[in-house]
Amino acid sequence: MSEAAIQAAEHAARTAYGRLVARLASRSRDIAGAEDALAEAFAAALRHWPQRGVPASPEAWLLTTARNAQSNAGRHRRVALAAAAALERRQAEPENPAEAPEDWPDERLKLLFVCAHPAIDAGIRTPLMLQVVLGLDAARIASALLLSPAAMSQRLVRAKAKIRLAGLRFELPGREDLPARLAEVLEAVYAAYGTGWEGTGPLGLAAEAIALGRLLVAELPEEPEARGLLALMLHCEARRDARRDAAGRFVPLARQDPRLWSRPLVAEAERLLTEGSRAGRFGRFLCEAAIQSVHAQRAATGRTDHAALRLLYDLLAQQAPSLGVLTARAAALLEAGDLAAAAVALAALPADRVADYQPYWVTRAALLRQQGLVAEAAAARRRAIGLTQDPAVRRFLEDA
Amino acid sequence: MQYMMLLTETAAEFAQREDPEKAPAYWSGWTAFIGAMAQAGIIVRGDGLLPPHTATTLRLRDGKPIVQDGPFADSKEQLGGYFIIEVPDLDTALAWAARAPSAASAAVEIRPLLPPMPLPAG
Repeated sequence: MSEAAIQAAEHAARTAYGRLVARLASRSRDIAGAEDALAEAFAAALRHWPQRGVPASPEAWLLTTARNAQSNAGRHRRVALAAAAALERRQAEPENPAEAPEDWPDERLKLLFVCAHPAIDAGIRTPLMLQVVLGLDAARIASALLLSPAAMSQRLVRAKAKIRLAGLRFELPGREDLPARLAEVLEAVYAAYGTGWEGTGPLGLAAEAIALGRLLVAELPEEPEARGLLALMLHCEARRDARRDAAGRFVPLARQDPRLWSRPLVAEAERLLTEGSRAGRFGRFLCEAAIQSVHAQRAATGRTDHAALRLLYDLLAQQAPSLGVLTARAAALLEAGDLAAAAVALAALPADRVADYQPYWVTRAALLRQQGLVAEAAAARRRAIGLTQDPAVRRFLEDA
Repeated sequence: MQYMMLLTETAAEFAQREDPEKAPAYWSGWTAFIGAMAQAGIIVRGDGLLPPHTATTLRLRDGKPIVQDGPFADSKEQLGGYFIIEVPDLDTALAWAARAPSAASAAVEIRPLLPPMPLPAG
């Protein structure tokens, strides 16, 4: 009984965290308060469920308990807050306890767009979304985004306080503000997917990112970039079983067996890419999805169209010239056998930023090896190994 | 929620107030903006200020008052007026701020008012 109760609480925490925080915060506009109330509700669940059994709807139980915790906390603070406005909002949205969790309005998008608000410091928007909607802790976000954990926690606290005190609106932005804020939201969802993908992230994070991607496509059907992001994630997800060999070793994309790719996921990604491309606005995520689509064609044709990849990487580098994109472009040039162009692309990257950037050293090692510079290639490979977190990738590099 | 809208202006805008050719357009811009806010019923209170050269700044240092001619900060944009507005959220306040005539040349700062202090428990 007790074991089942703990599992039920863990399952609810994993699958419903973002939905619950969003539901609690959209009414109070107090994200930190919503997180505290939910933490209290989870603690109460671990106390009560083992004795009294798991409620029929764990999510509804957690919501009600967290609401009670919120109103207890609110009572202590009510005078200091602008209570009248909060009460008005509460009356505007009456509680319906009979409502089943699956019928709840999904407030997560509202919460994501609040975190992407221009009134919030640009550098903390992605971490804020990762923490508030996906439940990642500050230390993990800091390591995923290569930032200092202590500074991260402090800035997260400050951003949540700003949202509450400055009274940001918990609504989807209007047509004018949507494109800029949507770009931030897509970026954060992709960062979440990347964190879950690499194998260092918590289980279920990649699935959660894909679920948010589906929600974005459903709620914003006019936005081609939302389709682009979902197509990109599904293409990557389709290769999950091909990324490790039987011995658990990392297998790079070019050497993966296409028969191991999930055909339903590839088909869905291709459909989204086609739909998204019809809008005539070919943004960054559609471009990345198109690159993955070219790789996916290998399942049918048995070869990789390097000329198409080169074209798409040039386009992507114009739209989003990030370190990751520019390094990936150099790697694509190398795969296509154009050593000279790959060398130029790598040499153009800023030396201070590549010093601790693992993909740069992997690509550089491969280039030097193909140029026949054995000693230099070995040195670059050692540097890449030293910068690798994933043990499977480290072993792959050691065996290369 | 109540917010203060701090409206700054550039030296060129302050000069327009005194320029017979430019003053009518200057004032009619502000009249239209303030009129629209008044009609929307969001103004709690508000005032324009005389130009920064009329400002006097005081600092107390080692118990002695130091009085200086001019505003507290030497900056290209100086406070020209303020409004306290009552709107549902920051986004609404920002939409109003964008309509201020000086938003295009200087800046509008939006700050929530400090909520009333809780009464001492008794």
